[in-house]
Amino acid sequence: MAWFKRSKENIETSGVKKDIPGGLWSKCDKCGEIIHHKQLVSNYYTCIKCNYHFRIGSDEYIPILIDKGTFRETDAKMKSGDPLKFVDSKKYTDRVNGAIKKTGLNDAVRTGFGKVDGISIVFACMDFKFIGGSMGTVVGEKIARAAERALKNKRPLIIISSSGGARMMEGALSLMQLAKTSARLAQLDEAGIPYISILTDPTTGGVTASYAMLGDVNIAEPGALIGFAGPRVIKQTIGKDLPEGFQRSEFLLEHGFIDVIVHRKEMKQTVATLLKHMTD
Amino acid sequence: MAKTVLDFEKPVFDLEQKIQEMRKYEGNVDISGEINRLEKKVHQLRESVYSNLTRWQRVQLARHPERPYTLDYIERIMDDFVELHGDRKYGDDKAIVGGFAILDGKSVMVIGQQKGRDTKSNVYRNFGMMNPEGYRKALRMMKLAEKFKRPIITMLDTPGAFPGIEAEERGQAEAIARNLFEMSKLKVPVVVVIIGEGASGGALGIGVGDRILMMENAWYSVISPESCSSILWRSWDYKEQAAEALRLTAPDLVEQKIVDRIIKEPLGGAHRNPQEAAMILKDVLIEELKLLSKLKPEKLVERRINKFVQMNG
Repeated sequence: MAWFKRSKENIETSGVKKDIPGGLWSKCDKCGEIIHHKQLVSNYYTCIKCNYHFRIGSDEYIPILIDKGTFRETDAKMKSGDPLKFVDSKKYTDRVNGAIKKTGLNDAVRTGFGKVDGISIVFACMDFKFIGGSMGTVVGEKIARAAERALKNKRPLIIISSSGGARMMEGALSLMQLAKTSARLAQLDEAGIPYISILTDPTTGGVTASYAMLGDVNIAEPGALIGFAGPRVIKQTIGKDLPEGFQRSEFLLEHGFIDVIVHRKEMKQTVATLLKHMTD
Repeated sequence: MAKTVLDFEKPVFDLEQKIQEMRKYEGNVDISGEINRLEKKVHQLRESVYSNLTRWQRVQLARHPERPYTLDYIERIMDDFVELHGDRKYGDDKAIVGGFAILDGKSVMVIGQQKGRDTKSNVYRNFGMMNPEGYRKALRMMKLAEKFKRPIITMLDTPGAFPGIEAEERGQAEAIARNLFEMSKLKVPVVVVIIGEGASGGALGIGVGDRILMMENAWYSVISPESCSSILWRSWDYKEQAAEALRLTAPDLVEQKIVDRIIKEPLGGAHRNPQEAAMILKDVLIEELKLLSKLKPEKLVERRINKFVQMNG
């Protein structure tokens, strides 16, 4: 015998379930501050308390840097093939299609024309959420084409990087994208056209070892991880703990590889000012 | 005779050893018929083992401890080599060697990654893993070559750029990026040869040229099979599969239109007959430089940039 009986109506919740959409609140990875989405957007996706820069992609960065309504995307539909028929635990084609579905992007970079404070530029912005912002033939080709368009149209080039490096699943062809993009930048340089590289968290491996480090001016966001080898690999190799702040923007500034660290809030103003110095 | 025997070569070596043993008694007893028979057999065995190498087996050959390195080739195919040192900024990276030398009566600049033969020399050479000053040293020598209108030959043989604290402090990424940038517009012919291991950006850092040649048993890719295994399979045990998936052999790279030409090696690998390997390389280099010498500097640069721009898979 049960000690008491449950009547069904008593356990039903009253009223309508409150609808709290996921992602309305974000937690700062660094200080744990809970920030409302609206506040996060108006604060350029940086923490209101500790200034931590959230990882953002092209969707968020385009309105931050480019004048409203001026962005005209190029090569938007370019998608990766599978030159090596690469299979690890997963087929590469499945990986790419999965990433396309999940992110709504076609690869790890978007390129186009636009204006910064009225100055016409060619623009590229990487998306870390697409297979770790890795550079395969599509990223390499789009960056190279962006540089070529900058050259042809005599417009400054701005690239925002965030990448784990070259994409393994396209093998040596990924590696060749380092040479390809650098070669196009060399042509841009010869023609006297400005190139500003903006490095965000994280920028490592093949992207750092090619276009990200080749700006006439290299700008970094505060606290971004920037390096060639990943910290884990270095730690493994040397068998020692890494110093505090190693491979962060401030470390690179100190060692002479970054011109200036700029808060995302002031990014557009800084870029515009630089462009005015570098163009007639 | 080679001292290090790879697993898959063992049957060949066992038979070769047996023949050698028998030769010792040849004076006493007439066993020439038997020896001839075994010679034929070992020849067939070599053919079947070495003409069907898996990708991982080629990686092992590329890393063979007796495989000729940059200095071995320079010594065998060039004269009057004057080794140059230092980047004039920080130091002299021993993982890379280079200098002026005479090839077929003409002055060239030869630059290559250099491994050591034993523990001591490997420590000295940092296992062929360059630091930023190495890339800057190489670039300095390339700029010298450009100034004096000498063609450049680079030899790639590295397990990767060195992943260390100081390397990052001194700008490993910037040093490699700068080389790619500058090499693409050098106004003299650049011939690149992958002679052993071509691991990622560390190798490519001296690998932008007009002609990309690759020795038959060398490998070249974006990552080593071991690291690829550890990242994608989360275990070091899938290196064979990773080597297959990466398609990193010379024939693979010709198919991917990255490498222009494969340089044949003596059967069983360059270490089996370094002199023969060097002579084959020498003939190819002379031939390639002769063709490139006909092109005007502007044409060279234009062709070189187009070559890399077209690498799309």
